[in-house]
Amino acid sequence: MDLKNLFLKAGNAPEGSGFLKSRFVNCRGCGKKLAVARVRKNMFVCPECGRYMAVRARRRILMLTDRRSFTELDREMESRNVLSFPEYEEKLAAAREKSREREGVVCGVAAIDGHRCAVFAMDANFMMGSMGAVVGEKITRLFEYATAHHLPVLGVTVSGGARMQEGMYSLLQMSKVSAAVRRHSNGGNLYIVLLTDPTTGGVDASFAMQGDITLAEPGARIGFAGPRVIEKSLKQELPKDFQRAERVLDCGFVDAIVPRSEQKACIAKLLALHGM
Amino acid sequence: MEDYEIVKGARGDRRYTATDYIRKMIPDFMELHGDRLCGDDRAVVAGIGTLGKTPVTVIGIEKGKTTAERIRRNFGNAHPEGYRKSLRLMKQAAKFHRPIVCFVDTAGAFCGVDAEEHGQGRAIADNLYEMADLPTPILSLIIGEGGSGGALALCHSDRIWMLSDAYFSVVSPESCANILWKSTEKAAEAASALALTAPKLYRMGLIDRVCPADEKRKLAAEMEEELRLLSELPTAELLDARYRRFRKVGY
Repeated sequence: MDLKNLFLKAGNAPEGSGFLKSRFVNCRGCGKKLAVARVRKNMFVCPECGRYMAVRARRRILMLTDRRSFTELDREMESRNVLSFPEYEEKLAAAREKSREREGVVCGVAAIDGHRCAVFAMDANFMMGSMGAVVGEKITRLFEYATAHHLPVLGVTVSGGARMQEGMYSLLQMSKVSAAVRRHSNGGNLYIVLLTDPTTGGVDASFAMQGDITLAEPGARIGFAGPRVIEKSLKQELPKDFQRAERVLDCGFVDAIVPRSEQKACIAKLLALHGM
Repeated sequence: MEDYEIVKGARGDRRYTATDYIRKMIPDFMELHGDRLCGDDRAVVAGIGTLGKTPVTVIGIEKGKTTAERIRRNFGNAHPEGYRKSLRLMKQAAKFHRPIVCFVDTAGAFCGVDAEEHGQGRAIADNLYEMADLPTPILSLIIGEGGSGGALALCHSDRIWMLSDAYFSVVSPESCANILWKSTEKAAEAASALALTAPKLYRMGLIDRVCPADEKRKLAAEMEEELRLLSELPTAELLDARYRRFRKVGY
């Protein structure tokens, strides 16, 4: 066994390539050493202090959908360095290794307590869940698929925003996905979005804020601009719970904050209420 | 000219701003204020008037020219209230089958505590979502800075035109260099890598026309003609073409 994997700091991205090989993690909230099995059983919420750890896209889907019900769509799609942007290929390669995914979003169709639903989940381990052309395309295709088949969509967001390395191709994904969300909505279909930590930038300013029902994980950072940008440009100290899910709910932009252990049941209930 | 020079030129303080274009192109412009929710954002100028012979709804992001004016306009960095005002008037335009012209010139949407807590992300998302389905022609002209989401919020349009010396970018070259290489000194390198100039974006198929910067009267006539052609399309066809315009981007 690789010794350096025996103890890992469980930060916002504890599920990197080393995580599953290790037996213990240190919670970044309380600093306690925790058995991985115990953390996993508690859905990656620290059993000691309640801190929410990051969850990779595929596990997120497992946590929210019925066992063996998930069929992936567009798994093969990979980004290319269309602008010949410096160091982008290396970053993509590192992201693929770290996340064990081809891109920053996993899409497909699944059942949630028996309700059929199109699902996408973003992955923070892939370049901070940034949205390039492939992420935008996969989510657009999922909405188009859901529109054609009259399926609801569940989206789990985590993203730093548009991916700089693809320039305007990235920014315009916001427009592309928004248009597909709109068509899905025009068809009378339900879109539930679950905002997780962090959902910011161009994703916050597009499909993360276009759900019929907007749920959030406790403590998740949700906002357009990064807090450091604001602090730096305004030279003012920020309120303690600034851009946190609880505060965002108080401001009127989230319907409900749902603990991880209750998310699947909550989503199933919403699907049932909409007759989906 | 180097790409970074274009970015700096687009920020130049002697440039024509949105109100200059409005004054020249829409001489009978009447400004309409307020988002009908809580405020009036002076960074966004909006109203109605006649472009040539065509009544249009006009939205512009205004930076201001003098220091006092710039402060009043918040340097062209709009708050959510500004985007909500623009959306209110765009919906009104659709009601009266009036085409929409947007003059875009912003370094980006405003970053601040109030802007966040009033839903900057939601306001931009709403514009994209609603403009996708707005049953009237929309033409956006980038006259200077096309700064990220704050500019994109007025560009979910049938036509995106750019002045030849404007830029449109996912991120400012300085921020990009700072995030990737921890050095704002590499901004010129970032500017060239980001492919943010009008000719490059045109070649990539992301914008529809590169307009000479010095022919405003001719430009006004071309805009009117383009809107006339778009107005002749049946609504379903117009919206379908708008969908395909963005659908094809990037993959």
